[in-house]
Amino acid sequence: MNLKSAEARKFRQFDLKKKFRISESIIQASLFFAGILSIFITIAIVYELGKEAMLFFNDPDVTLGKFLGTTKWQPGIGQYGIWALVSATLVTSFIAMVISLPLGLASAIYLSEYASSKARSILKPVLEILAGIPTVVYGYFALLFVTPILKSIFGDQIQVYNMLSAGLVMGIMILPLISSMSEDALSAVPRSLREAAYAMGATKVETSLQVVLPAALSGIGAALIVGISRAVGETMIVAVAAGSGPNFTFDPFKAAETMTGHIARISGGDLSYNSIDYTSLFAIAMMLFLLTLVLNLISQQIVNRFRERYE
Amino acid sequence: MENKYAIEANALSIYYGSFMAVNNVDMLIEAQKITAIIGPSGCGKSTLLRAFNRMNDFVPGCHVTGELLMQGKNLYSKDIDPVEVRRKIGMVFQKPNPFPKSIYENIAWGARINGFKGNMDELVEQSLLGAALWDEVKDKLQDSAYALSGGQQQRLCIARTIAIQPEIILMDEPASALDPISTLRIEELMQELKKNYTIIIVTHNMQQAARVSDYTAMMMLDKEGSRSGTVIEFSETKRIFTNPKDKRTEDYVTGRFG
Repeated sequence: MNLKSAEARKFRQFDLKKKFRISESIIQASLFFAGILSIFITIAIVYELGKEAMLFFNDPDVTLGKFLGTTKWQPGIGQYGIWALVSATLVTSFIAMVISLPLGLASAIYLSEYASSKARSILKPVLEILAGIPTVVYGYFALLFVTPILKSIFGDQIQVYNMLSAGLVMGIMILPLISSMSEDALSAVPRSLREAAYAMGATKVETSLQVVLPAALSGIGAALIVGISRAVGETMIVAVAAGSGPNFTFDPFKAAETMTGHIARISGGDLSYNSIDYTSLFAIAMMLFLLTLVLNLISQQIVNRFRERYE
Repeated sequence: MENKYAIEANALSIYYGSFMAVNNVDMLIEAQKITAIIGPSGCGKSTLLRAFNRMNDFVPGCHVTGELLMQGKNLYSKDIDPVEVRRKIGMVFQKPNPFPKSIYENIAWGARINGFKGNMDELVEQSLLGAALWDEVKDKLQDSAYALSGGQQQRLCIARTIAIQPEIILMDEPASALDPISTLRIEELMQELKKNYTIIIVTHNMQQAARVSDYTAMMMLDKEGSRSGTVIEFSETKRIFTNPKDKRTEDYVTGRFG
């Protein structure tokens, strides 16, 4: 190179001394702040939950044995059995996962392995619309559309408010989430693995289910965890369609109130700060938090057990 | 009677949509020999190789004209199942691509999906012996294939290919991602494999083609300004490297090209 101008000559000169770059520091600091913020908020929520829940457990009438060992929930008259609410949460969430996991996975496999680009360009936006419907709409869809269908099938065995209808519709709500996260995980599996399978005389089904799916399992596990968390935490659908009134039952045809549904209903009413009803809500929320945590840990373990790590 | 030729291409042309990638190739590939395909980048070597086991079926819009005959059957005729074609014509890729499963399962999987009912332990051992990998992995068959080095992974890919007992093994630059020692081991292995299998190898490395192959096909864009590749010369490797007929082959193999 033979640049003549003075600027060009200046450009060539160098200085190895360490420089302070202000923009780098600002960016780094703001990224750190964004990272720390979520941790801080989580700690604040747990602190607030714990503080109020402590007030509940400090009440001389409440014991941990009663809380975890009985099945009637009516704090106003001294009944503190959390299982009346946990059972409904477990039943509705279980129904939702039974619907959304297989259907979501199947649609993800179809979208990532089978669909032509044209089919994908139609199906993906439709799934995204499904994900964008407000949950209160789903709630009334369950109550006014799904429940009558269930009534016509099962007759009077099934109550007007029932966990089955709420759980089914919750599954439909979670389906696009599972589908889209799983599809991302499947699409991320390197093409070279699919080629390896096809080159050995594998059919499309064998390749998709025995090579691609296990390789994508960690991403699918993340979808499962997010799905369970959504199901356990979902409020509007169960509040509208599952019933109001704690009821310890595992019968999906019966009405029962989930933890979230109960919190929403009670906190909407007239509550005096310091009343046992008020502090009990935080105990329920704390329980909800722990339940989600435990379910997440279990799912994580299951996924780690079966995943196949590429690279 | 055993056919002298494992596979033959008659006026085979390969298209991506309306674009012709490979133009009018005629090749008689002799059984239990190593045939190398050489040529500059972008002349359709890999496209041609992938046409042999119908891997191009996965490329949308890819289609062929002409014939590809194996034991008298056109592999592109309508009543041929491409899944069965790929079972009989195995493939080893440029970058080692073992499954994210155990070493044992990498080999057992292909055999199982193809309906192997015999003694799996024996098949795994024989396949690994055949790929000169057994001694290195016999004590860690349940470890992940990804714990192996690149060269070992590539030999594992060869082992799983021979486990399903193909007739022909296609190799797409099988050593280009490996160090010289691993490359040498693969080349030695190829000499062993050709006793039982027909091998077709695409390589950028002309010394490698000269060292390992019996026949060499020289591919090049068919004329100035065209983007379609074709086989301009195909004969014994010795002849291609010492006394080629085509001036362009001579320029290429002596490094005077371009």
